Amino acid sequence: MALRPQLRLLGDELLARIVSEARDLLCRLGTQVQNPRVLKLLADHGAKVDFEKNQVLYTPALLDRALASVPHSFKLFDVLGNETHDFSGHKVHFTPGSAALHVLDYQTQQIRKPDTADYVRYTQLLSGLSHIASQSTAFIPADVADRFSDSYRLFLSLLYGEKPVVTGTFTIESFRVMRDMQLAVRGGEKELREKPLTVFSCCPTSPLKWSEITSQNVIDCGAAGIPVEFISMPLSGFMAPVTLVGTLVQHTAETLSGIVISQVNRPGAPVLYGGSPAAFDMRYETTPMGAVETQMVDCAYNEIGKHFGLPTQAYISLSDAKLLDAQAGLETAMGATLAALSGINSISGPGMLDFESCQSLEKLVLDNEICGMTLRLVQGIEPREDFPALPIFEELLRDGHLLISPHTRRHLKKEHYFPGRVIDRANLSRWREEGSLTLGQRAHQEVERLIGAYVPSRLAGERKKELCRLMEAEARRWGMEKLPVRPVTA
Amino acid sequence: MEILKQIAQCLEAGDDAGVPPLVRQALKQGTVPKTILDEGLIAGMNTVGEKFRVHEIFLPDVLLAAKAMYAGMDVLKPLLISSGVSSRGRVVIGSVQGDLHDIGKNLVGIMLKGAGYEVIDLGNDVAATTFVAAAKSHDARVIGMSALLTTTMPVMKEVVDLLKKENLNGRIKTIIGGAPVSQNYADEIGVDAYGYDCAQAVAGVKKLAAAVR
Repeated sequence: MALRPQLRLLGDELLARIVSEARDLLCRLGTQVQNPRVLKLLADHGAKVDFEKNQVLYTPALLDRALASVPHSFKLFDVLGNETHDFSGHKVHFTPGSAALHVLDYQTQQIRKPDTADYVRYTQLLSGLSHIASQSTAFIPADVADRFSDSYRLFLSLLYGEKPVVTGTFTIESFRVMRDMQLAVRGGEKELREKPLTVFSCCPTSPLKWSEITSQNVIDCGAAGIPVEFISMPLSGFMAPVTLVGTLVQHTAETLSGIVISQVNRPGAPVLYGGSPAAFDMRYETTPMGAVETQMVDCAYNEIGKHFGLPTQAYISLSDAKLLDAQAGLETAMGATLAALSGINSISGPGMLDFESCQSLEKLVLDNEICGMTLRLVQGIEPREDFPALPIFEELLRDGHLLISPHTRRHLKKEHYFPGRVIDRANLSRWREEGSLTLGQRAHQEVERLIGAYVPSRLAGERKKELCRLMEAEARRWGMEKLPVRPVTA
Repeated sequence: MEILKQIAQCLEAGDDAGVPPLVRQALKQGTVPKTILDEGLIAGMNTVGEKFRVHEIFLPDVLLAAKAMYAGMDVLKPLLISSGVSSRGRVVIGSVQGDLHDIGKNLVGIMLKGAGYEVIDLGNDVAATTFVAAAKSHDARVIGMSALLTTTMPVMKEVVDLLKKENLNGRIKTIIGGAPVSQNYADEIGVDAYGYDCAQAVAGVKKLAAAVR
């Protein structure tokens, strides 16, 4: 067995102190929860609740019970019911950054609002990116009304793609149709519970607050058997202490409070111990996702999540650059590498630019290679048929090379990751002969090639029809009689 | 013809044990050796070359196919000679004088043999006069020269000049390769072709050998 290369940032003593301080915060300051139903639920299970002020004080026993009932792993399944994700141990899976407002248009190199055609191209492209295991509802088509743009993204993803989907709602009302779409794909409640198809992001509001929508989402998902990922977003120095340890204490408290809400509602409901904390850049008033401190906090809270025995998630392999430039590559690659070495189970970010607000198809293609290289890295180094070493060296000296040695042929493709054409490995003359293409140009060629090679989802026709019926009814509910035109290849 | 297709496919799969029986079977069926060579073995190698170019297969697959090609050629060669069909041509290769690097040159040699050429490999540290003498004595159509050091590159020009001096530059073509050389350098010193990698070197030799025919 290979050694699993692993990064650790917190010593045991520091980790334990962060956890105990976070628990203390929850018991002495508590959190706000702006949702009467959730307040009642928490009160019923022993929390001290001030219904006037929407304030909840947790107890050590409540925290312990929640941590005892929360599952240590769970799986995801694609639209066809095949297992794609095992969120356990140090297994890592990549998913595109989600919910961007914009896309980077390759032709104009402008950042603009996306539409349905952009979203369909995205799902088609993602079908061909083998190192990104799930879809996310990556950006928000602007050609439908805001009131149902959340369910519309999920609809398009389930109609065109087969991979499971990381998503979330923007309102309480949207949950119903987004659940119903999943029931349509799976065929029933029991089937969906047995084979989860999506993960819903549920975000506390820093500092130490749960909004009505997100806390409701947590309990709605629990009732339907849909896994959630908690996305606590402390901003160091602004909405959280400036220190990394202080930020971690806050992240731990906010995420633990989410686990309590989830587990008092449904003991055993699957969750990812996730987040999207960020450093706060006091010069630009921005939240750099590519900052090394952001990435350090991500990797460190992953250690805390693992200390609780939970599968983890983070927004970490993404960039704040506005174009697919060197900054985009370096921030994404550094984040992905650290995340994978840390064993973050669901790594969110590929494709994303501009502080989680702009998706780029060309960047997705590059990031898919970053994911591929990173996945190779964490496989580590293991002896295959290397010992004793004498025979292979005798063969090398006898034959003068090992190019066609059976040993080479047996291990070449297992031992070495061969990236696609977006990564330039040609010699100078060949690179010139093939057009002296920039990374952006090569990535764009890959985008077009992969979209051209897209094969429609194998989801049964009647289930696709039911998805369309659900979406059309939802659109009508919000005053849109006809959905935007879609390519017929679904 | 079905059997020629089978030979090509067997070669593409790198099956050096499978090709000779198929070649013998084709002969038994009355196919002439030249047709087996062109439409079986070389056709297979052409497919392999194209798949390699687009990264569908990798170098080991090409070399295994080349090995299968040799195996087929072992059966055909005596018949081709006796029926008066010449080989695709002979190529003299070597690393130029002063240069002891020969990995790239060796790979080119393997690939050239795979493409059906007879290769006379002079090794490394080869003087200009040796290249020309060998090309003359073996009746080679092409001289392939490799260099890894900028200091040894001038030997390539010496070969070109020597061929000119002996009025052989129309009959014996030259091709160069190696890290420090380029198409520009090839143009500057007057060699006939440049290959930036092994596949390009084989393509270059093909063109040159055809031009000499």
